[in-house]
Amino acid sequence: MSSWAIIQQSLPLFQKGFFITLKLAALGILGAIVVGSICSLIQYFKLPLLNPLVTIYTEIARNTPLLIQLFFLYYAFPQLGLRLTASQCGIVGLIFLGGSYMAAGFTGGFEGISSSQLEAGQAIGLSRWQLARYVVLPQGLALSVPALAANIIFLIKETSIFTVIAIPELTNTALDLIGMYYHTNEYLVVLVVAYAIILIPLSLILTYLERRVRYGTFGN
Amino acid sequence: MSTPLLHVNHLEKYYQKTHILHDVNFELNTGEVLTLLGPSGSGKSTLLRCLNGLEAYQQGSITFDGQAVTQKPKQWQQLRQQIGMVFQSYDLFPNRNVLENILLGPLKVQKRTRAAVLPEVQQLLEQVGMADYANAYPRQLSGGQKQRIAIVRALALKPKLMLFDEVTASLDPEMVRDVLNIIRQLADSHAMTMLVVTHEMDFAKQISDQVLFLADGRIREQTPGKQFFEQPQTERAQNFLASMDF
Ligand SMILES: Nc1ncnc2c1ncn2[C@@H]1O[C@H](COP(=O)(O)OP(=O)(O)O)[C@@H](O)[C@H]1O
Ligand SMILES: [Mg+2]
Repeated sequence: MSSWAIIQQSLPLFQKGFFITLKLAALGILGAIVVGSICSLIQYFKLPLLNPLVTIYTEIARNTPLLIQLFFLYYAFPQLGLRLTASQCGIVGLIFLGGSYMAAGFTGGFEGISSSQLEAGQAIGLSRWQLARYVVLPQGLALSVPALAANIIFLIKETSIFTVIAIPELTNTALDLIGMYYHTNEYLVVLVVAYAIILIPLSLILTYLERRVRYGTFGN
Repeated sequence: MSTPLLHVNHLEKYYQKTHILHDVNFELNTGEVLTLLGPSGSGKSTLLRCLNGLEAYQQGSITFDGQAVTQKPKQWQQLRQQIGMVFQSYDLFPNRNVLENILLGPLKVQKRTRAAVLPEVQQLLEQVGMADYANAYPRQLSGGQKQRIAIVRALALKPKLMLFDEVTASLDPEMVRDVLNIIRQLADSHAMTMLVVTHEMDFAKQISDQVLFLADGRIREQTPGKQFFEQPQTERAQNFLASMDF
């Protein structure tokens, strides 16, 4: 059988994996953005009680491998009575990891606002909350777009680790096929192309958005 | 004699351990223009920033419009609506157009209605020659235009006192005159009470009702009217004026 035929035969399976990767990544990233923005607002306003909790969470999430986080969710949590499907574990794991990275991205954006902008806001009598609403949020979000874009790409790549809990996403599909038929090179080529199809256009779109937002907010 | 609008009493300011302002005392009556002169690093900006709560002071007291300043954040937030400040770097909000920059304070801080504020803002924009730019974004304006908008943004709150900190220092020479004219007009036809830091000596001489000369954080000369420019008493002031080509 020619390489081309091998590849063609595998495509339906890869197509399934492709959409599973996309779906889990999308849900995980959305969740991570929600968690990250909440955490970063808690840090910005230094909310009592919650702020130290956020610090603990982000330190743990950023300084442990996703692989281990997934093992906890998939193998340890059921013993504590919390049973999730493999896909749910994947999404929760991605949110757990990604939330901390997104929080750092937003916080970096908020901290990047020049102090003179904050003073200009104070000088017209804005309250702390109004300053956050009208100066810090719009400018801080715009400043955090590059970090968010990098995190999105990073989290999509991290979905390849889902293979360890047997989620049939792209990497898992490839490893399965290799294990069964030993056409290592062919399946790896398909795998790389599939990730490229997701990541290269996305990365171009994100770069374009970064520029748009930057210009729309700061005019340069 | 009515009470002064602003009364600064034995003000002392430190940055950590560094003593920046020493025993600053002065009064400013309604309608008066006080110019604050002095070499770079003498503490002019710091003093202005203390007067609207952007910096805390450690000793002394400020009375504004009969009210003792407590330095509590809530009170500063109230007072800032009555004490406008314009900075050297204009600092318009880049993501808001001219009108949105100006309306933010009156609408959100003072909770006035758009219908009530808009005619006033229109008039202010006309006064500074920027009526056609209401929908422009800061990135589309020159430095001088941005500074005129920054002045309108402060005036839109109808403050009783305006603080100007070297507002022409980063402008091209041909734009300096426009901005100075606006401040002069404020003093003349609107009798706005103002505290002005400037390096434009001719302008300072024209508008001053009172001059404070600051050096090393201390008031070295405090004179009414144009006296400072004609007969500076201290050697430091004489040297300062000479260095300003005046
Ligand atoms: N945030 C700050 N922290 C420490 N020192 C400062 C700070 N801002 C200003 N200074 C110091 O205070 C002094 C007065 O500065 P400033 O008020 O800016 O002077 P001026 O406006 O007259 O040029 C200077 O010696 C300056 O270095
Ligand atoms: Mg200064």
